Amino acid sequence: MKKSDFTILVADDDPDYLFQTVFNLKKAGYKTVAVESQAEAEAVIAKFRPDLAIFDLMMESDDSGFILCYKIRKKYPDVPVILATAVSRETGMSFSIDSEKEKSWIRADRYLEKGIRPEQLDQEIMKLLKL
Amino acid sequence: MAILKVLVIDDEPGIRSGVTRILKDFHVTYPFMDEDYTFELMEAPTGEDGIAVIERDKPDVILLDNKLPGIQGVEVLEYIREKKYDIMVAMITSYASLDIAIKATRDGATDFIPKPFTPQELKSSIENITKQLYLKRITRRLTEEGKQIRYQFLSVLSHELKAPLNALEGYLRMMQGKEAGDRIDDYANHIDRSLQRIQGMRNLIMDLLDFTKIRLEKKEGRMREVNLADVASGAIFAVRPYAIQREVTINLNVRSETKIMADPADMEIIFNNLVSNAVKYNKVGGKVDVTLDTTDSEAVITVSDTGIGIKKSDTENLFTEFVRIKNEKTRDISGSGLGLSIVRKIAELYFGTIEVESTPDVGSTFTVRLPRKSGNQET
Repeated sequence: MKKSDFTILVADDDPDYLFQTVFNLKKAGYKTVAVESQAEAEAVIAKFRPDLAIFDLMMESDDSGFILCYKIRKKYPDVPVILATAVSRETGMSFSIDSEKEKSWIRADRYLEKGIRPEQLDQEIMKLLKL
Repeated sequence: MAILKVLVIDDEPGIRSGVTRILKDFHVTYPFMDEDYTFELMEAPTGEDGIAVIERDKPDVILLDNKLPGIQGVEVLEYIREKKYDIMVAMITSYASLDIAIKATRDGATDFIPKPFTPQELKSSIENITKQLYLKRITRRLTEEGKQIRYQFLSVLSHELKAPLNALEGYLRMMQGKEAGDRIDDYANHIDRSLQRIQGMRNLIMDLLDFTKIRLEKKEGRMREVNLADVASGAIFAVRPYAIQREVTINLNVRSETKIMADPADMEIIFNNLVSNAVKYNKVGGKVDVTLDTTDSEAVITVSDTGIGIKKSDTENLFTEFVRIKNEKTRDISGSGLGLSIVRKIAELYFGTIEVESTPDVGSTFTVRLPRKSGNQET
């Protein structure tokens, strides 16, 4: 399998961040579906199974990303999910998902801080897609 | 490791020992919790015994059967409610008496567990209750310390401040790596977007300064008689270049001379925000009406536009910090999400109100009412 066989769903309400992420993923060779809200992401998930999903945490609500993780896990249990957010330590919430227990709650495979470099993101995706 | 005391009030020994067995080694975790919760079990066969245990041991959670030999479960619930004890109660009931359970939830029970239940059902109920209890306690603690608002505010603020930085960083890296081509023109859109994000961030910082100002109260020295017509003219003057660009006309209607005692800087913030919003969210060639009127008791400021309007469901949170209505029509309009919350805070500081009437695609009218005799703002 090569990268162009995989479609990645990206949901982010920051148009610039969405543009950049999609740009970088396409450049790396993946196919992408880009949406700007939790609602749009849900509509996509209802009809289409992506090979991997990248969700922003805070969109319409503060926990949009969690809700999407939960919903996609329910429908497609084997689709890897990356949760990306700009907020972490400052909120006092530590969402590291190292332990099994936390994993079952947040249901994302990776938690990534926004601002990671494109190569890093690609590395993580390749690991998740077993490339 | 935190321990929650769970009291089981049920006349069937089998239920009591079953619950004890199931919860003995159970623990609940939650990403926001500092530690796991485990359970210490206590049992009571009647409501009377249950109340004795409540008084003695102050349990955190009660699993309460309704059908008991003496007083009924709902009476125990009533007792807890009257004493205002901070206890989460889940009713254990047979399916036949679900209506009682539902009534009990209205009377203060948190949950109900229909019996017979499987160990998994009991565990998920307890998990639920534990989370609710935890959130309730943490919320109360934060509220008591007056921190809750600040906490939310800071977390959202850090998000709002970091988002534009991330966007800028991303565009700069694309340029650094010549990702979109070798010519500077290949990056025209990136540069435009970067400049827009910088402007957005600048606006946020300006609004934030306003926001902190209204919290630092010591107004005695700054209260004076303010003619609102002057302030309105100033705000209209300031926004005029932008209005001309968008071909929006602004009219000021002074129905009666409107003077109130206020800090002029506060009044400027109100008018600047409302008038600039009315231009920003207007359609090209639209109209803004700023109207000042007075009643015996109030100064009434009305700012109407002929813009995109706001859906009814979106108006509820409109005056909350960092709430921006996101849709097709607003996506290219930048804003900090602070302006209207600042206006509301100032209005409330003067014991006034703000409200909005709006029809999508027709326009919005914001009305601020400020009491004219308001000599006691420093509360």
